[in-house]
Amino acid sequence: MTHLPPALVLLGLLAAGITQFDGPRPEEPRSGYSFLTPELQQLQDDDFANPGMLWVEQGAALWDEASGSSGQSCADCHGDAAQSMRGVAARYPAYSDELGRVINLEQQINQCRTAQQGAEALPYESEDLLGLTSFISNQSKGMPISVAVTGPIAESLERGRAFFYERRGQLNLSCANCHEDNVGSHLRAEPISQGQTNGFPIYRALWQTMGSTHRMFAWCNEAVRAESYAAGSQDYVDLELYERWRSQGLTIETPAVRR
Amino acid sequence: MPNTRIRVPKTAKAGDIVEIRAIIQHPMENGYRTTSQGTPIPVDIVTDFICSYDGLDVFRVRLEPGLSANPYFSFYLKATKSGPVTFRWQDQHGEVTEASEELEVT
Repeated sequence: MTHLPPALVLLGLLAAGITQFDGPRPEEPRSGYSFLTPELQQLQDDDFANPGMLWVEQGAALWDEASGSSGQSCADCHGDAAQSMRGVAARYPAYSDELGRVINLEQQINQCRTAQQGAEALPYESEDLLGLTSFISNQSKGMPISVAVTGPIAESLERGRAFFYERRGQLNLSCANCHEDNVGSHLRAEPISQGQTNGFPIYRALWQTMGSTHRMFAWCNEAVRAESYAAGSQDYVDLELYERWRSQGLTIETPAVRR
Repeated sequence: MPNTRIRVPKTAKAGDIVEIRAIIQHPMENGYRTTSQGTPIPVDIVTDFICSYDGLDVFRVRLEPGLSANPYFSFYLKATKSGPVTFRWQDQHGEVTEASEELEVT
C-alpha cells in the first residue's frame, strides 16, 4: 500500500484519468431495519399502518398540483412518477451540472421548483418537502442504492469520508466510532446500527414525525455534543453521499420506521 | 384538512367479521413541550373519533393528550347490510375531518 495522503492519491488517480473510490465499508451492509424490535419491523412492513405512508400520499398529491408562475406540476414534465422516478432516489446525491456541485434529492426538488416551475424553494424539513422526497424515494423501493463515484463527484465523496472519520464534539467521537467500531453494541437500551441511510426520509418514533437524513445527522451531532450544521449545508450533503456509498447494495426502504 | 387513510373491505358476506382500520396525520401536541427557545407549544390534539356504519355509531373514542402522533385505530365490525362506513375526527378547535367508504354485503 501507498503511504501518500489520500488526497494526493486521489489527485494522482484523477490526473491519470482513473477515478476510483475505495475505503473501508461494512462487508455486509445491514439495514437499520435489522436492528429494530419486531413490533417496529411489523409497523414498517404494514403499508397501511406505516405512518410514513401518510407523507408519501401527501407527496403524491403535491406531485400533481400546479405550482409557481409556470402553472405546471411535477407530473406535467415528469409524467407518471411510478415510471419516471423509478430508481432516481437510488442514485442521489448526484452531481448537478447546473449548480456545479453535488446535491441531494431535496435540493434537486427545489432546483426543479425554482428553475422550472418558477416556484419558491420549499424549506428544509417542511412537510411538503418531506412529502415529495418520501413520495419520490418510495418509487425506488426495493432497488439497490448505487451512487456515482467517478468524475466530479469524487471530491465530494472524499470530503464526506473525512467527515465520517473526524472526531467532533465534547464527547470527541466520530461517526465511525459508533457506526463502524461498535455496531451491535448497546447505548443504554438501544443497539447501535451501521448508520445506513437506505430508509430515508424516515418516520422516527422519537420525533413522531418524518425526518430527513440531515435532521438525523444534526441529531447525531448533538448527541456527541457537537454543534450541528444547517440542514442542506454542503458538509451534510457530502456526508450523505458518503453514507450512500457505504450503503451501496442495500435496497431502498422509504418510508422506513426507526426508533 | 389533515391527511387520512381508511381501510374497509369492498365486500363481505352477511355475518362476517371484518377489520376496519383508520389513521390520521396529526401532531397530537400534548402541551408539555417547549420550542428550543423555551416558549411552550400549545396543546393541539384530536379529541374525538367516531366510526359509524349505515348511520349508527359503532365505535367512539375520546382522545387525550399523551397519545402518540398520527393516531391509528383498528377494530372489528360485523357486516350485516350494505351501507357506508364513515369516519369522523374532530380536533379541539372544532375542525372536523371526514372520510367514508362503501361496504357491500352479499
